[in-house]
Amino acid sequence: MRLDVETPAGPRPAYAYTGGKPLEAGLPAIVFIHGAMHDHSVWTLLARWFAHHGHAVLAPDLPGHSQSTGAPLDSVEAIADWLIGLLDAAGIDEAALVGHSMGSLIALEAASRAPARASRLVMVGTAYPMTVSAALLEAAERDPYAAIDSVNALSISSLAGKPSYPGPGTWLHGANRILSRRLQAAQREANLFLTDFLVCDRYRGGLEAAARVTCPTTLVLGTRDQMTTPKQTAGLVEALRAQVVTLPVGHSLMTEAPDALLAAVRAAVVPDSPPPGR
Amino acid sequence: MPGYANPGFDTLALHAGAAPDPATGARAVPIHLTTSFVFESSEHAASLFNMERSGHVYSRISNPTNAVLEERVAALEGGAGAIATASGQAALHLAIATIAGAGSHVVASSALYGGSHNLLHYTLSRFGISTSFVKPGDFAAWRAAIRPETRLLFGETLGNPGLDVLDIPTVSAIAHDNDLPLLVDSTFTTPWLMRPFEHGADLLYHSATKFLSGHGTVIGGVLVDSGRFDWNAATARTGRFAELTRPYDGFHDMVFSEESTVGAFLLRARREGLRDFGASMSPHTAWLILQGIETLPLRMARHVDNTRKVVEFLAGHDSVASVGYPELEGHPDHALAKRLLPRGCGSVFSFDLRGSREQGRAFIEALKLFSHLANVGDCRSLVIHPASTTHFRMDDAALARAGIGPGTIRLSIGLEDPDDLLDDLKRALKVAAKA
Repeated sequence: MRLDVETPAGPRPAYAYTGGKPLEAGLPAIVFIHGAMHDHSVWTLLARWFAHHGHAVLAPDLPGHSQSTGAPLDSVEAIADWLIGLLDAAGIDEAALVGHSMGSLIALEAASRAPARASRLVMVGTAYPMTVSAALLEAAERDPYAAIDSVNALSISSLAGKPSYPGPGTWLHGANRILSRRLQAAQREANLFLTDFLVCDRYRGGLEAAARVTCPTTLVLGTRDQMTTPKQTAGLVEALRAQVVTLPVGHSLMTEAPDALLAAVRAAVVPDSPPPGR
Repeated sequence: MPGYANPGFDTLALHAGAAPDPATGARAVPIHLTTSFVFESSEHAASLFNMERSGHVYSRISNPTNAVLEERVAALEGGAGAIATASGQAALHLAIATIAGAGSHVVASSALYGGSHNLLHYTLSRFGISTSFVKPGDFAAWRAAIRPETRLLFGETLGNPGLDVLDIPTVSAIAHDNDLPLLVDSTFTTPWLMRPFEHGADLLYHSATKFLSGHGTVIGGVLVDSGRFDWNAATARTGRFAELTRPYDGFHDMVFSEESTVGAFLLRARREGLRDFGASMSPHTAWLILQGIETLPLRMARHVDNTRKVVEFLAGHDSVASVGYPELEGHPDHALAKRLLPRGCGSVFSFDLRGSREQGRAFIEALKLFSHLANVGDCRSLVIHPASTTHFRMDDAALARAGIGPGTIRLSIGLEDPDDLLDDLKRALKVAAKA
């Protein structure tokens, strides 16, 4: 669906995937927030499942990414404000916020800025601080496409992620690389890779934000994650009093382990529900 | 920056898409000869059917062994994903049928495999899809042939029968200027010789029967999507490709470009084309093609080495009027081949014997190592004389229009000891000269 999100600079057009059916704002809501160099399409399996199981679902393209055009925003705080504006535009009072990587920091910050709007917080493939190496930032400035390739090699832990995502026959490394390259090429107003990775690197308010979060929180981490390693989450876990679920995959949990991630997110968001069918 | 690199070609040829089987520990890829896959529950079944989960339902749509092949070929090509099909022809049909229908139009190179020409010129026109054929190097003709109803441009990386090299950078730019994708048949080159996506192609397919399998054992095809073509943007500008960007009532009103930014084409091709046309690959075939791909880098290097020796020999032989191989300076696409095919121009080429159809026939019959048959890309060397076989109904004038002479011989050079191939050819040329 397309919405206009109010921002300090005026309304911005935005796109959000709603799980393959129209948004029903009165249902329990869940918002999926993608990470750096991604868009809503990394969430479509989970989003589709929740939309067809009694939830109002929003999986937006963050500003400057894919179908939410214009310049990207340059801080976690700014994107968190935009996200709250997205909830307003969609008529959603309260939602479970599920974010991946950069998106997990945005979810954290949004949950701290508007505690009453966050029913649950799920941080997938996260770390704090989400420091980015100076060498990678330098590479991003010099040759963002080479930087994409480097990050792509780190993001996916297996040459055979099964049953693949969104379905069998998808080469996860290729699909992830091409998605990032397309986003980079389409963004004419900024170096998107550099912007996104600086958003992660410069975020300093994580522990203060965690202290303001009032909703139950779950971290879902990949034990083979080389981008945001599980040991980088100790401070967050303590500050959030979070539950931690680990899956034996890398940073790209949505595509490497879609079923296991669904089970983890479902348990976090709908704690009394029976486990999914498998 | 840390030197993390994506795996190299030879590694991907062995490992992409495959891991030890979690159920049994089997290291080689298991052959999943099963029609269907048990659901864990009714809810699980419903979520698979509604694409809320990834997984296998029925082997016409997907199969774990086929998926390994699909992911492996996509990896080798630098693509987002792939679909294995019953044949190369099925892959071409699936590609076209996914984005074209009655009233649609294709612009294709005139230098095509006969089967592809038949499909486009005769068969698809019966179903309302018309094709304009243009010379692959005539860029003005490519541009002029595009109409509002055109849905794709199509050519072969190395065209039939003269090995015209498709200028993919230029033709893809023409396609993209018109919000159209470029589809290429990459059978003759394989990803080891050329990766068309790196030059601008959007979709490609292989007759996997040929070099990917490499052993002349099975019929199969693979359709690969680069994931790069922006279907939404093309729809917004031209109204085309609603098949991918608007709700499809044949599958839950799904908007494929919403479900996957880079995989919309393959989602529709699998959920509609494989489902409804049903030209799927047997898992046993997929396994045999995977066996072939494991040695693709080694075989292609040897194919090219052997071919260069044979080309050199034939080009210097008195009984040979001409050899059509782009590495030769006299080939019209020599410069383009050096740019796009630095590793070689494959191992299928034609040459012209001086003399009559009868001498061509005598040459073929005198060969001992070369097998006379209608295939290419086998590990064994193959030969065919079009004037007395595939094109025998044509008179000499009609043959000439098709770029074939009475003494044209097509060879597919295999992996034998090259000296043995040269001896075989030497002897057969002597017999032909005396015929």
